[in-house]
Amino acid sequence: MAVGKKEISCPPSAEGTGLSDADISQKNVTYFEDHPNLAYSWTAGQAMSRFLNELKNGKLIATKCEKCRRVIFPPRIYCELCYKPIDDWVYIKDTGVVQTFSISFIDPDAKPLEKPVIVAVITIDGASPNMGIMHIIDEVEPEKVYIGMRVKAVWRPESERKGTITDIKYWKPLEG
Amino acid sequence: MPAVVGVGYYGFNTNTPDMSWKEIMYEAAVRAYEDAGIDPRRDVDSFVTCAEDFYEGFAIFDEFVPDQLGAVVKPTCTVCADFLYGLATAYMQIESGLADIAVVEAHSKASDMKTFGEIIRHAMDPIWLKGVTRAHPYYFAALEMSYYMNKYCISEEAIAEVVVKNKGNAILNESAPYGAKLTVESVLNSPFVFYPMRKIEIAERADGAIVFVVARDEIARKITDSPVWIKGIGWWSETSSYDTRSFEALYAYKAGKMAYKMAGIEVPVKEIDIAEIDDRFAFKELQHIVALQLAGKFEVCELMREGYFSRNGSLPVNVSGGNLGVGNLLEATGAQKSLEVVLQLRREAGRRQIDCELGVAQCWRYIPTASGAVAVFGV
Ligand SMILES: [Zn+2]
Repeated sequence: MAVGKKEISCPPSAEGTGLSDADISQKNVTYFEDHPNLAYSWTAGQAMSRFLNELKNGKLIATKCEKCRRVIFPPRIYCELCYKPIDDWVYIKDTGVVQTFSISFIDPDAKPLEKPVIVAVITIDGASPNMGIMHIIDEVEPEKVYIGMRVKAVWRPESERKGTITDIKYWKPLEG
Repeated sequence: MPAVVGVGYYGFNTNTPDMSWKEIMYEAAVRAYEDAGIDPRRDVDSFVTCAEDFYEGFAIFDEFVPDQLGAVVKPTCTVCADFLYGLATAYMQIESGLADIAVVEAHSKASDMKTFGEIIRHAMDPIWLKGVTRAHPYYFAALEMSYYMNKYCISEEAIAEVVVKNKGNAILNESAPYGAKLTVESVLNSPFVFYPMRKIEIAERADGAIVFVVARDEIARKITDSPVWIKGIGWWSETSSYDTRSFEALYAYKAGKMAYKMAGIEVPVKEIDIAEIDDRFAFKELQHIVALQLAGKFEVCELMREGYFSRNGSLPVNVSGGNLGVGNLLEATGAQKSLEVVLQLRREAGRRQIDCELGVAQCWRYIPTASGAVAVFGV
């Protein structure tokens, strides 16, 4: 017997029935609530520090492995395939090609978003294949986005850049 | 029997502002592979990492592992526990025939955590323990200490001796950031933070990464002239109910028994030459020495005072400086213990080298647990 089972019905087609706000607020379920203050500040390290600081300059930087000849992006201090230190730093362009995309309609709490978000993986011009960035696309109707679409970064004004991944506001279709 | 054929480490530091956790893992791994003379892309069959997601600050840590270890498109898994549990996993993978060469990694990037007390507090039973108080959860260790001191007449002086010994040993360890020359009087005159515990009895956190390369018997003999055999390994947990535990490190006693039995050790105190023991709170060293059958429960204080466990004593404990000298390395604690034993057995411990052929490494899973693991290494 399920101890404490309340009048909760579940239609056979449903994938699951979550607790409602009322179930919690009216104490229909017995619970203990806590909001822990778990805070971190992750040291970016050699590779990502350089990358983040270059964002402030409006530039994307990658590393290069002379053995496999790959231009590695995002940069790291080792080539994970050859397992050796990288040989050089190289700037790559802030344009690229949509490799895959999705249109998201809800937030992590399953609440509808005011405006759908177009999430995409973009292969950057100048980086090796499969070396891309996961970011968002805007200034385009969701139904007009396609795999293979050429896009360009839209940067925050220099004074507003903080050396974070959102120094790029979004990517927009590249005309022509 | 599997053997350790390569070790590498990066650290240990109070902070590592110039390197990310991925990068310190890479630095340790490169050194371990060089030490073993292997290419991880070609030679390693399995990679085991040890991490607790809340210490890292993000979920599903195993996802973040392969690149920096040379494990891309290779068998990889993460054990949510101390390094010694990962070593046990590698041991089993090798003994079962799944792998000839396995790699075990553990690290601490403690400096990335801004609210360590809250993160530890987050390990408490949410219904039963968490809501009682918001005091810093180190009181868990102080509660156990209070019980232990009263039951076995443990003196404040003996606990102070542990601090003096370990921080003193750390002075000879270039990788230990918390070495200090202290006296028992200076320790006893220092302030309490969780009565009966003084601040100086609590290991400060440190950053670092450690990687071991472990190989099957015949392969170990082929690739190195100085294999260090994993003669026994054990792990044990008491109960998750904090209030019904032994408060006497039963987990260490049982894990020790498991490892000793595997190693064919009948009288540990006569056979073990060196011990690296979890001392993240100074009293824990005394408690763990007894649990590992390296001293009687009523004689441990006297032996500590006599210098029996000193670097030049009959049974050196925490020659590396222990956690009090090296720092609290979180899930890499057992790794640092094992590293010291391996370096000592290989006669590569430099100025702190002692004469030894059989050593034991032990870790506890820290507050609020009553779990831990033990490994016996020999040459
Ligand atoms: Zn390469």
